[in-house]
This record gives sequence, structure tokens and C-alpha cells, in this order.
Amino acid sequence: MCVAVPAKVLEIEGTRALVTVGGAKLHAQLELVPETKVGDYVLVHAGFALQVMNEAEAEETLALLEEARQLGSI
Amino acid sequence: MSPEPVIKLAHGGGGVQMQRLIEQELLPACDVEHGRGGEDAAVLPGNGQIVVSTDTFVIRPAVFPGGDLGKIAVCGTVNDVAMRGAKPHYLTLGLIVEEGTPLSLLRTVMTSVRETCAEAGVALVAGDFKVVERGSGDGIFANTTGVGFPLLDPAPSIHRAAPGDVVLLNGPLGQHGLAVLAARGDLELMMTVESDCAPLSGLVAEIVAAGGAGVHVLHDPTRGGMSAALNEIAGAAGVSIEIEETSLPRDLGVEGGCEVLGLDPLQVANEGKVVAIVAPEVAETVLAAMRGHRYGGDSAVVGTVGAGPAGRVTMRTIVGTRRIIDPPSGELLPRIC
Amino acid sequence: MAQSELRQQIERIARDLTKKAAGQSMRFMEVCGTHSHAVGRYGIRQLLPENVALLSGPGCPVCVTPTGEIDWALELAAREDTVVTTFGDMLRVPGSKENLADLRARGAQVQIVYSPMQALETAAKHPGKQVVFIAVGFETTTPPVAVTVRTAAERGLENFTILASNKLIPPAMKLLLASGEVQLNGFLCPGHVSTIIGMHPYQEIADEFHAPCVIAGFEALDVMKGLYALVAQVAEGRADVENEYSRTVRPEGNPAARAVVDEVFEVADATWRGLGLLPGSGLALRERYAAFDAVKRFNLQPSNAGEHPLCHCGEVLRGVLRSVDCPAFDHACNPEHPLGPCMVSSEGACAAAYRYERPLAGPIPDTGMPEGIGGPPTAEEVAAAEEAGETL
Repeated sequence: MCVAVPAKVLEIEGTRALVTVGGAKLHAQLELVPETKVGDYVLVHAGFALQVMNEAEAEETLALLEEARQLGSI
Repeated sequence: MSPEPVIKLAHGGGGVQMQRLIEQELLPACDVEHGRGGEDAAVLPGNGQIVVSTDTFVIRPAVFPGGDLGKIAVCGTVNDVAMRGAKPHYLTLGLIVEEGTPLSLLRTVMTSVRETCAEAGVALVAGDFKVVERGSGDGIFANTTGVGFPLLDPAPSIHRAAPGDVVLLNGPLGQHGLAVLAARGDLELMMTVESDCAPLSGLVAEIVAAGGAGVHVLHDPTRGGMSAALNEIAGAAGVSIEIEETSLPRDLGVEGGCEVLGLDPLQVANEGKVVAIVAPEVAETVLAAMRGHRYGGDSAVVGTVGAGPAGRVTMRTIVGTRRIIDPPSGELLPRIC
Repeated sequence: MAQSELRQQIERIARDLTKKAAGQSMRFMEVCGTHSHAVGRYGIRQLLPENVALLSGPGCPVCVTPTGEIDWALELAAREDTVVTTFGDMLRVPGSKENLADLRARGAQVQIVYSPMQALETAAKHPGKQVVFIAVGFETTTPPVAVTVRTAAERGLENFTILASNKLIPPAMKLLLASGEVQLNGFLCPGHVSTIIGMHPYQEIADEFHAPCVIAGFEALDVMKGLYALVAQVAEGRADVENEYSRTVRPEGNPAARAVVDEVFEVADATWRGLGLLPGSGLALRERYAAFDAVKRFNLQPSNAGEHPLCHCGEVLRGVLRSVDCPAFDHACNPEHPLGPCMVSSEGACAAAYRYERPLAGPIPDTGMPEGIGGPPTAEEVAAAEEAGETL
């Protein structure tokens, strides 16, 4: 376990953030990482942000994945 | 302000109210030449072999991003007929409506029926309308039966995939299933994903024109998604199929939604996709024809057919390893753990 | 065809790992259902040399929930006035006789949620109903549940309770090594659990058992990096706690999350399916939150419900039996007809193995079964066992 995804924070309203994962948007509760700022990458699980991620490393991973998925034709 | 008009039992009673409802709400979608005469059945010109399919639609919610019950009721059957390499001509529509259903919903559905029939080039020639007591149904159920005429002989068939064949797909997977899931509102997921629900008769006509007898299989990955469809083909034809994860056309909204919910896009339903399995010598021409069509802009070669083990479907992952693609089991459930 | 940077990196690590491990037999265990899933999804075992084995341990929280607790969920779902809210994972897990999906088909109110907060909202919207949330999960899921219970208290909700089945993973890791049942060289540690607990809890495991513990993420590259680090430690005779998921895991974990958990829950003993009673491995609601305890509110009685007689989930969970070696695997037991949670939960080792790893070249060969276990049970044997209502 567990299914958790890196999500970028778009908006914050009180204890709730609007975040984006690829093309999907969802809400994430921020009680566990109150220091979250708009633009941060957070790990989201069960509707909650669990940790603010290291942005540079998160983007590097996403870029690697993106390249791997694009490259392909028979 | 008067309350919103709803369907009542009287509307299904065979009397004046039913007649009026049929004239006002249902007949406008029916074919002018064959579908409005009030006869017990339509007498239609034929053409040798006929291709027939029927399907019943119970989708919830009835309206979702990218479509509604009416659109999917037409597309589902039009596409099934098209999957045998046929041109759909005629459609019938049976409706079962629960008492209390808003009239506005019926109108939305019928408008979509009319528009989608027009796009698909099919005539709605027969129909039926029943109203059931509140609690006996769940809004609106629809059944459509489609009749078409073959464009190819022998017709494409799931049994005809042969080793060496090329597997083509007309666009990204998972849009319909996710759009419906999001529309159910249970999961609080906002997505920009819209159902891909579309009538594919035109696309199929292009495929057939380009590939002729080299078009061995046409199959739409509806419930159960691509994994169900490929397993059906591999099992029926006694072949193996391998697809390349890196060649699958992509939709970032679907990818994001599936990541969040722990779903596999290969198992999510589609309503505007066709898997075309063709002889290698026509693959390039067919692909070009698909890419030139409105519903095939993202078409790609996604795999190949092998000699066995029979029935086995595998995928080469983005990291070069292989995994088995099984048909999904049971309903599609989001995971958290 | 050009290869992606990702694929080149992974192949490079695979080669380095093979070189590093040469001449030694190594066995590692992952204790996280999502790792099981990732290993299958990316075919990780195909990248490992023959002398490096990766086992799946008790990392599926649904799999280790005792049958009796699942029966409690079913008992609650059968009540007219009760809505059972649950993660999707639980829907088809078999209790003694049925599962939540069966009850739902007969009219029980079962709501699938992605977040425990949705369960809270259901309770708020339907004050006339009892809403129970089935709280299953490890340290990743517990903080969201804790916040939800605390919020329920703040809002004064009187119709909301939880079935508290959350567990802690380090005690299970210790037990596995202490039992001596499985020879293990080290653990691939759960990346998302570690975002909460940090590196510290693994230190005693590394020290006491001389077993390297490497925290890894869930992408293919993450898992390979984690495995390489384990191999390197063993080859070099080290036994440290290492963090290979630094983009998400901080050494101190998330203290704020642990504080919320500590406010709402206290450590308790817990029974794990297949492992038995593990002291200090579970969480119970503290006295001041007792009003949210479904066991108390509904007076649920402890049960001795056991497993299906032909189910070997316990051995799979303890790492002494590979899924593909279980006599029931792909015979009597498959996703359509699961004998135990390891197969029905999409997290379970057996479900993952069934989906991703049934031998690509043909049927499973009849090679040496572990001692004490006969050949695959026939359909008649399964039916007879079920009819006799036998339990272990």
C-alpha cells in the first residue's frame, strides 16, 4: 500500500486544496501538511495530502515517465 | 410556478395521452419515409445478407459528459453492426420509462437519438414505448436493434485474427468509463474527461475501403475495455496477441484519473473505439485511412498477432518487460490500498 | 527503435545489480501491496538474476484483516438503518460466507468511497442513518482516518462510527525475521508508509537482525533502485536503513500526521490473518473517541471465524509460499472464485501474481510442492470442503 499520487496544488481554500494529477483534478485535505503552498507538489492518498514533495525530483520523475510513455511505435 | 412535467402511467396506457406523447416527443426522431406511418411494422427494401444486432442500455446517470442514454443507445448498436464490416441502415428503439421521470430527460434523450441517427446515416423505423410504475425501473431503459448490409464477404470476425496480423486502435482508451464514473459524483473527482461515445459506421467504411479482404477483425472494446476485447479475439481465433504499452494513444485526463483511483485504463469501457486487426500488407493503408477520419486522428499500430500460446494476451511494458493482460473480473472498483 | 531514457536507466541498474549480486543467493521481501502491484505491473522479476529473489509479504491490509472483522462489516451492512462505507478494495473480500457485494445485491446500503471524509459527509447528510466506515490500512491511511474522526467529534456527529482495523507494519516485519521461518537478507520498505513514519522505525530491525532496510517508491525505476541498494548492502556486508524515495520521504517522516494519529488512536494488540496475534501491531480508538467505535456502539462480538480449508493465504503472507506454488492457485482459486483475500484484493500477492505473472510460456509446471501440501484440489474437494463448513 498505498495508491498515492503526486499532485500539483492549484488553489487553496482553508484546509482544502484543488490539485491536479495529469489531466484530472480533485480536492485534497491539508490538515496533515498545513505548510502547503500553491504550486507545491504533494503526495495525495485517500483525499489527503500526506507530504510536500521535493519539486525538482518530482518533476524529474514525471519527465522520465513522460518520455518513456511517448516513445513508441512499431 | 408549475412543477416540472413528468412521465405518468397514463402516458403508457395506449390512449390519447400516449398518442400525443408519441407524436410530440418520439415521432420527430423517426424516419420520415418509413417510421411515421403508425403501422404495426415497417416494410423495408433489402439487399441479400443482412447484419443484425441488438443491445439494451441501462446507463446511470442518463446524462454524462460527452453524451447521454440516447446517443449511446444509437452508437452502441450502430457500432456492433459496423464491427461486422457492415453499413447500418435501419434502427428500432424500445423505451421503458419509469413513472415520474422528467419529460425534459426524455426530450434530451430523443434529441440525441435523432441527431446521432442522422450522423450515422441510419433511419429509425420502428419503436415502442412503455411506462412502468415508480420503483420498477430506474429512469429510462432503452433497447435498440440495428439492421445493416455487409460491405465485405467474408465478414470480419473475431475468429479471423491470424499470426502476423497487425493490431490497430483509433484513439486513447478509458474515456467513456471514467467520464461516467466522474458523473456519478460518488468519487468527488473532477475530470475534463468526456465520453468518447461516437457512431463508427463512417470510420469502418473507410477501413473497409482501404483494407478490403485484409480486414480480418473489427471489435469494439466496450464493457471490460481493451483487455476484454483482446482476450475475446485471442480466444476465438486461437492466437496470441501482444501490444506495446508505449504505442497506445494517450489521454492525460484518463491517465490522471486512473492513477488517482488505482484503475487500469485497459479495463475501462470505451464507446467510440474500434480495434482493427488487419493483414500486414494493408496495415499502412488502413492506418492512413483511419487517421484521416474524424474519429481516428490518433490512430496507431498498437500490437501484433502471434501463433500462440492460443488465447494469451500480453503487453510489453514501458520498461521492456512483459505482462499478461487478463480480462477484468467483476465490476471495476477504485483502489486505495 | 530508440529506447527511452527510463528504459536505459533501468537496464543499466539491472546489469549493475546482477554483477553486484554475483556469487551470492539473496532473498528480499517487500511488505507493501502497492509494491506487489508495481512488481507485477512492470515485470520487475524479469529484470532480476536467478540468484536474487523478491518475496511478497503481509503488505496488503485487506488481506491481513481477520475473517471475523470482515464478518462484522457484513453484520453491520445487513442492518436496515446502516450505511457501510468502504474503500473499493473491501467489496469482494470474502467473510465466512459472503462479501459486501453479495449483501449490496440484496439491498444493503454499501457506499464505496475514495476518502474517509466522504463517509463523514454521508453521515452529515443522513442523520437518520448509522454510517460506519471500515477503516483498514497501514500507517499511510491512518492519518486521514484520524483527521476524519477528529472532525466528526468537532462537528458533533452522532451517527458516525468506524470499524478500527488499522495496523502497523514494522511489528510484522520483526515477527517475520524473529520467527526464522523465512530466510531473508533484507526488506524493501513501503514508500508511502515511510512518508509518515520516516526512517527511524526500521533502525531496530536493521540493527537487531542485521537486515538492510531500503525505502523505495513505486515506479519501476524506484523499485530497481531500491533493490540495487539492498543487493549492494548485502554484498558489502552492511545493514543500514536507506532512503531511495527522497523526493517524497523525509528522514523524520511527517510528525504532524503522527501527532494526529496519536491524539485519536493508541497502540494495541491486533490479530493478523496468517500471522496470528501480534502485540503492539494495531490501533484502537482512545477512550475520549470511544463514541466513534463501531464495536462498542453495535456491541459486536468477537468470533472464531477461520479460513477456507484449502486456502494457504497465511503461508503466502508469511513469505513461505509463493503464490504460483500454492496448490489452489489458478485451479480452485482465481479472481472469479477467490478462496481468500490474497486473491480477491487487487493488492493481494496472489491477485497480482495472477494478473501479471502467470508463466508467460505456458501452464505452471508440476514442480516440488512445499512439504505437507498435496496436489491441486479438485473441484469436488473444494465443494466438499465448503459444504462441510470446515474451518481451520
